[in-house]
Amino acid sequence: MQTKLSESPKEIIYAIDQAKKQREISISEFFTKNRHLLGFDNPLKSLSTTIKEGVDNALDACEESRILPDLKIEINQVSEGRFAVIIEDNGPGIVKEQIPKIFGKLLYGSKFHKLSQTRGQQGIGISAAALYGQLTTGKPIKITSKIGKGKPSHYYEIHIDTSKNEPEIIKDIEVDWNGDHGTKIELQMEGKYQKGKRSVSEYLKHTAISNPHVNLSFKEPDGTKTEYLRVTNTLPVEPREIKPHPDGIELGILIDMLKNTNSRTLQSFLCTEFSRVSSNSARSICEKANLYPNARPGRIAKQEADKLLGAMRESKFMAPPTNCLSPIGDKLLEGGLKKEIDAEFYTSVTRPASVYRGNPFMVEAAIAYGGSLNRESPVELIRFANKVPLQYQQAACAITRSVSKTAWKQYGLHQSGSNIPVGPAVIVVHIASVWVPFTSESKEAIAHYPEIIKEIKLAVQECGRQLNKFVRKQHKVKDEAKKKSYLEKYVPVIGEALKEILNLKDADEKRSIENLKIVLEKSRQK
Amino acid sequence: MKETVKQIKETATKIYDKINKKKKPEVSVPIRSLGNVSYDPKVGFFELKGGRKKRALTVNTIKSFAQTLKMMALSKNVVENDDIATKREAYYVSKNWGDARFKEQTESDTVMDDIEAMFMVNREQLGFIPEEKGGDIAGNLIVIDKDPSTGKEIKIDCTKFGSGAYSIPTSVEHLKFETNAKFILAIETAGMFQRLVKHNYWKKANCILISMGGVPTRACRRFIRRLSDKKNLPVYVFTDGDPYGYMSIYRTLKVGSGNAAHINKYFCVPRATFLGVTPGDIDDYKLPTHPLKDVDKKKIKDVLKNDPFVREHKEWQRALNAMQKMGQRVEQQALAAHGLNYVIDKYLPDKLKSVKKFLP
Repeated sequence: MQTKLSESPKEIIYAIDQAKKQREISISEFFTKNRHLLGFDNPLKSLSTTIKEGVDNALDACEESRILPDLKIEINQVSEGRFAVIIEDNGPGIVKEQIPKIFGKLLYGSKFHKLSQTRGQQGIGISAAALYGQLTTGKPIKITSKIGKGKPSHYYEIHIDTSKNEPEIIKDIEVDWNGDHGTKIELQMEGKYQKGKRSVSEYLKHTAISNPHVNLSFKEPDGTKTEYLRVTNTLPVEPREIKPHPDGIELGILIDMLKNTNSRTLQSFLCTEFSRVSSNSARSICEKANLYPNARPGRIAKQEADKLLGAMRESKFMAPPTNCLSPIGDKLLEGGLKKEIDAEFYTSVTRPASVYRGNPFMVEAAIAYGGSLNRESPVELIRFANKVPLQYQQAACAITRSVSKTAWKQYGLHQSGSNIPVGPAVIVVHIASVWVPFTSESKEAIAHYPEIIKEIKLAVQECGRQLNKFVRKQHKVKDEAKKKSYLEKYVPVIGEALKEILNLKDADEKRSIENLKIVLEKSRQK
Repeated sequence: MKETVKQIKETATKIYDKINKKKKPEVSVPIRSLGNVSYDPKVGFFELKGGRKKRALTVNTIKSFAQTLKMMALSKNVVENDDIATKREAYYVSKNWGDARFKEQTESDTVMDDIEAMFMVNREQLGFIPEEKGGDIAGNLIVIDKDPSTGKEIKIDCTKFGSGAYSIPTSVEHLKFETNAKFILAIETAGMFQRLVKHNYWKKANCILISMGGVPTRACRRFIRRLSDKKNLPVYVFTDGDPYGYMSIYRTLKVGSGNAAHINKYFCVPRATFLGVTPGDIDDYKLPTHPLKDVDKKKIKDVLKNDPFVREHKEWQRALNAMQKMGQRVEQQALAAHGLNYVIDKYLPDKLKSVKKFLP
């Protein structure tokens, strides 16, 4: 090697040259160049992503502190192509010291390091919105927050230093706040406002369906005000945080966990840091991996960690606990749907929890049918992940695939090949998980895990069976009506023919008609 | 005719009584298909086996039930007034029946066929006549008809139509015949008929030529039957050499059809025999051929298996199997390959030398 290098001085010079240019890339710089990865591809989508991130955070915060959420959202047009967004909640508020970091630093958050079902996952969303606003308008994000009665409310204006990924505080004062607690954010951004498909108002409407415990008021740039009212005062079950399940763990994470654990022995590490690992199974894992159960976890070298992982993969464990999941609930999902979709028939189902790659998840589905819904167009598919509506990349999503791979003809909808069915219906699918596998960081489509696709199919099939019962009943009613009109039409013709052939008197003809109706009516009911 | 009215009244009375006893009325109709006929060469035609289907009046059958009764009422009316109605006219009468009216004539024709079968009569007895033309006649025959207005007898000499022909009327029951011809030659195609007329073949062979124009109509079948019965004439049939010519044309003329088995008794010509073109003729006369179509192959397979007529006659089984094996069919006009008048000068005289060998 040595000789080789000395023989190629040009390459050395090149390497040294390169080294001069190599430096750390700040996450904010990365975002500036790759904002499409986070859902800020164009003005239209940027505005809706901002609303989405703000609403997700507000709802997560309210639920964690068991507060029934009241949200106010306002979008005002400042000038051509520029909007001011205001999102206000009655949540627990944010401790003063945390405010700058949460809004002025990307990848800072409470949710990334724990396994529990929350809307946000990475701690990137709202600060990304702030950064986008700053990049397009130069204006800082404004935050007002109060954490309780008698506490002061703090007002901040924050600028993000993109090279350092650090907040720059522009203003920090105390202000008046009407209310006991809550957070209000205001930011300006370049954007485009539209109604209809994939719009902000559609997003909020769907949010009202999947979060029937939320009160939401929305003021659009043209002044239109919409109120979405809660249909229940019960908060959803609080999702619990769980330890990772050994089935889903990867080597890098295992090594990190080994380094950072407080456990003194390998056996107790396995028992305490993972769910569903008993001390017996921990010992047998150690045996399989040829490691001492008493070994210090921190001493396990990389190669041994590999062996340990292999032993874990070979062992069988109980499925992870499912009390970490918080479904909407079939009744409430149906209630939410009834409130926002005008149809004749509603059905819903919540499936038992299941597991993919060691992560527990749960699928819920609902169908609304008939009424004012369009009979000729493909059904509207509303997708939710952890109660958040998914508006983009429908075609790439496991939910879309599962629905189109289901044979809908047997459930009373039209379908050509493996396409989205056609008919007067709305199909809703919700997947709740401690870690929803999105295909990208902008969280728009769910990855195609076979376990997930199978569960979604089972859920929509169950709804389909209920739908079919209803559609069949409807047909029966129609048939009955048709048969009844048949009697009205043709019985008199028979009477007339008999009269012509047998020269009946009018009275006899009439009597025959009446009797024939009775005979046929009787046989019809059999 | 009065018999028909009586039957209609009886059926209607039964229905009327059932209804007023608050019971479901029903009618029974013979099943009209090849599966419900039998064939005995001594009898000479397809006879109905006993199969009948009962049609109860239910919500689902009420429309056709009402239509059948209205059609019966129309028939009674027509017969009582000594009138007639064409099938097309009957269809138009139904336009006064409100919701029970027919949408297409095929619907009213089917109902008519059902009533025929129900009473075992032919539609002329019900007062209904078809529009279809009966067929053309040329040769040594005088038909004695009546003048429709005066009732006076008219003699029609079928030798005197020149290059034209006498048309068989739709109703033939009243016709009488005078002839000294030796046989009747029934021909499938108008083209072949024209050739034979043009060259006065009937004079040469002393026969009566009849053009059937495809599957013979009821009137044509009945005409041939009455003529051959009254004058004791053999009937020879000359069609294309294909399953359609053999089974749809020849067999229907000779023994009738499965669909209208209730009237076969009157509309068959059991003494008919088959002159040609036979599968054997293809080799014997070196005739140019066409390959069998898929429908032909299917038809051969089907009749070998299901047709009581074919199952009775080994000769036909042999002929059809030979054709299936060759995979070829032949047209009447193929004889022209040896000269336009080959059929007159050679083929027909040749064939007529050995009528005993004609297919049954």
